[in-house]
Amino acid sequence: MSEQAHATTATYLRIAAILVMITLIEVGVFYVPTFQALLVPILLVLSAVKFTLVVMFYMHLKFDNRFFAFLFGGPLLLGVAVVVSLLFIFYGAVRLRTGT
Amino acid sequence: MKTWLTTTDHKRIGLLYFWTAFGFFLIGGLEALIIRAQLARPDGGLGVSAETFNQLFTMHGTTMVFLALMPLSAAFFNFMIPLQIGARDVAFPRLNAFSYWVFLLGGLFLNASFIAGPLFGADRLSVAPDAGWFGYENLTSRQFSPGPNVDFWLLGLQILGIASLAAGFNFIVTILNMRAPGMRMLRLPPFTWMTLITQFLVITAFPVITVALVLLMFDRFFGTHFFVPQGGGDPILWQHLFWMFGHPEVYILILPAMGIVSEVLPTFSKKPLFGYTVVVYSGVVIAFLGWSVWSHHMFSSGLGPIADSVFAGTTMLIAIPTGVKIFNWIGTLWGGQIRFTTSLLFAVGFIAMFIIGGLSGVSHASAPSDLQQTDTYYVVAHIHYVLFGGTILGLFAGMYYWWPKMTGRLLSESLGKVHFWLTMIGMNLAFFPMHFSGLLGMPRRIYTYSSELGVTGFNQASTIGAFLIGLATLVFVWNLLRTRWQPISAPHNPWGGATLEWAIPSPPPVYNFTVIPTVESRMPLWQTERHAPMRPLPERPPAPIHVPGGSWWPLITATGLPVMAIGALSHVIPVVLAGAAVVIVGIYRWAYEPFEM
Amino acid sequence: MTHGSAHAHEAGAGAHRTSMGLDSRKMAFWAFIGSECLLFGSLISTYLVYKGRSLTGPFPHEILNIPFTSFSTFDLLMSSLAMVLALAAVQRGDMKQGKLWLLVTALLGLVFLAGQFWEFSHFVREGLGLTTNLFGSTFYVLTGTHGAHVTVGVIWLLTLWVQALRGKLGPANAMTVEITGLYWHFVDVVWIVIFTVVYLIQ
Repeated sequence: MSEQAHATTATYLRIAAILVMITLIEVGVFYVPTFQALLVPILLVLSAVKFTLVVMFYMHLKFDNRFFAFLFGGPLLLGVAVVVSLLFIFYGAVRLRTGT
Repeated sequence: MKTWLTTTDHKRIGLLYFWTAFGFFLIGGLEALIIRAQLARPDGGLGVSAETFNQLFTMHGTTMVFLALMPLSAAFFNFMIPLQIGARDVAFPRLNAFSYWVFLLGGLFLNASFIAGPLFGADRLSVAPDAGWFGYENLTSRQFSPGPNVDFWLLGLQILGIASLAAGFNFIVTILNMRAPGMRMLRLPPFTWMTLITQFLVITAFPVITVALVLLMFDRFFGTHFFVPQGGGDPILWQHLFWMFGHPEVYILILPAMGIVSEVLPTFSKKPLFGYTVVVYSGVVIAFLGWSVWSHHMFSSGLGPIADSVFAGTTMLIAIPTGVKIFNWIGTLWGGQIRFTTSLLFAVGFIAMFIIGGLSGVSHASAPSDLQQTDTYYVVAHIHYVLFGGTILGLFAGMYYWWPKMTGRLLSESLGKVHFWLTMIGMNLAFFPMHFSGLLGMPRRIYTYSSELGVTGFNQASTIGAFLIGLATLVFVWNLLRTRWQPISAPHNPWGGATLEWAIPSPPPVYNFTVIPTVESRMPLWQTERHAPMRPLPERPPAPIHVPGGSWWPLITATGLPVMAIGALSHVIPVVLAGAAVVIVGIYRWAYEPFEM
Repeated sequence: MTHGSAHAHEAGAGAHRTSMGLDSRKMAFWAFIGSECLLFGSLISTYLVYKGRSLTGPFPHEILNIPFTSFSTFDLLMSSLAMVLALAAVQRGDMKQGKLWLLVTALLGLVFLAGQFWEFSHFVREGLGLTTNLFGSTFYVLTGTHGAHVTVGVIWLLTLWVQALRGKLGPANAMTVEITGLYWHFVDVVWIVIFTVVYLIQ
């Protein structure tokens, strides 16, 4: 249990505050017309930050054995690669079919 | 009887896996023989109907992949991995029993489709899965397959997936966390290494097929249009999801056999495995690349030049680590004191046949040539060279090698050699002509062909070859049964093997090791440059060893799954709920049952 | 999924003789979470590949309710906070706090599920059923699979809470609580992705 010695209740509360703030920013960005052009990259980055914070602090990967990070991170990257390559293949194939 | 139903002993579970999977192997082989008999003559053949033929080849493929080859490998994982790493059992013995029961019940559920016709107001032999082992859309949509055939297939595979996933987590943890003192990762026997890599493929690939099958289930049961073009869906998505699972699955089938061969060759050449580290790392590379090639199954679906080139390139890259392994195996034999036991013959046969299968594989990797080969018997030739010539020959090598350890009895070497030569002649006669019939234009999965196609002679050769394989298998069965009737006891280490399983009696006592050994070298039982052989373990344990008792809950929990599937199949919701209740109660009782390691 | 807690006794011996010095159940569970990444990865791929390919409405921008879902997201984030507080309490042996936070986590999970139930029935009234169009099918299957995970998590948490009430959960079972927490947080991060990919990027 010593692995959790690094995280305290105060840390947990701070992380929670940051998570809520990012969520508010996400929703805000969604409604502000100025950001429409950059909406997708901004939202992807913000949600990646939230994802990382929960995994690192609430799931203790930052303090825990690095092997757990490998067990989780390997398949996670594979999953992301699957999503990205399927999107490329499908949108490529659609372009090919419609000739655009 | 009760002790077998409640067993959590990895050795007993290994034997259960072996006999069950071997039974399914015989059933799948019988299906193949009917297929070949039908194709011995052109223009209608023996009179097997197209509908029956579709069921036979679908069940042949599904059975061989999911019910024979994977679980035969699992039999060796179960029996050998704890012995090879110096452990008393796997990390989660009850989960291990659960995997077996789920596999058995899933296999029975799938095969029940052969006799279940009357329950659906149809004839016998009319409701078995009939859309091919990769279940392409639109063949599997409700519109084109209104009966329960595809439902049996998708529910059966879903059940089997649970067994594989549970075993995957179990063996990853077992191999990483249950090693004897001194058994560093780079001292693990190559079979253990290949098993570890295989399990990582299992836990990443099976969720994808799970999702694909769930989507198919929604299409068929609830009327969604995931793969139905009328509703905007795309049948090609099924192909992507299936092969994203399916290609890693190919390596799930072959890597354990590669591991077995990497054990057998050093033992019978009296030489360490040539380039052990390279064999291990090339296994890792194969698994990694195995995830990046799935679309080469789909060149003919029109992916576009960029995707075609990328997937052709990654596919050809796999030939590199595979070739590395082949040279390592040949290097192991080179200059060794070779003993031509049956096990070694099968291992060498594996290398030769796998090279042929690998080369025809490289020829599919090139998209233009693949377009000539897709859906012809050329592809059938390829998969049988890699899965029969590769996996099955490797598994036979393992059976001859480890049978004495598993049962304490030696197999007959002379019968073994008859088995080997009949198998080799039979498989080449069966599968080599398929290259020609395929390139001459004979499509796969068609119940008959025209005499004008000019492939009758090739087909007759294939049929004769298939029956020779059948005969060879009977010789093997006789050899197995003979060890019961005329037992010849096996010593601890009949072959002079180097790994820990040979340090203990054959068959091993329930606790495996009287004392957990301390490992100082990669080949603990051999004299190496720096290490003396391990001292023999004491005959009796110095202190009593606590062995966990059995548990009913793995079996009971597993029973709930086919009940749920039967409910879904017959659209009776209360039965589904009853099955789910069994699973939930089973899990709770399991969780709060006292069970000591 | 509740298998995680199932091996409480089985791997008990693991703690003092494992070759990596790591708890076997925890390792199995991380592998399970890795496996789940591919499960949700496939579902999210399906959703994205079919984005904008529905033949008929309702379409996402006509029906998704951002303020409501933002509240659900907030609710699930707070449940993750409650979960880490529960784990910390159990680890230091403060079972009074442990019980409280376990219950709070489960209740916040229930609030999320109630929200999802309301959202689904609202959508159905608006004319988006499971089979209406590809958006409906992919949306319900993706968020429904997530909801099923939340349901399992709530049942799991309530089981632990009842065990704690009966005095059968203490610092010795901290690993069980930790694994429950891993599951719960994973379900939360999946929602973080779904919230962005499905709701915000329309």
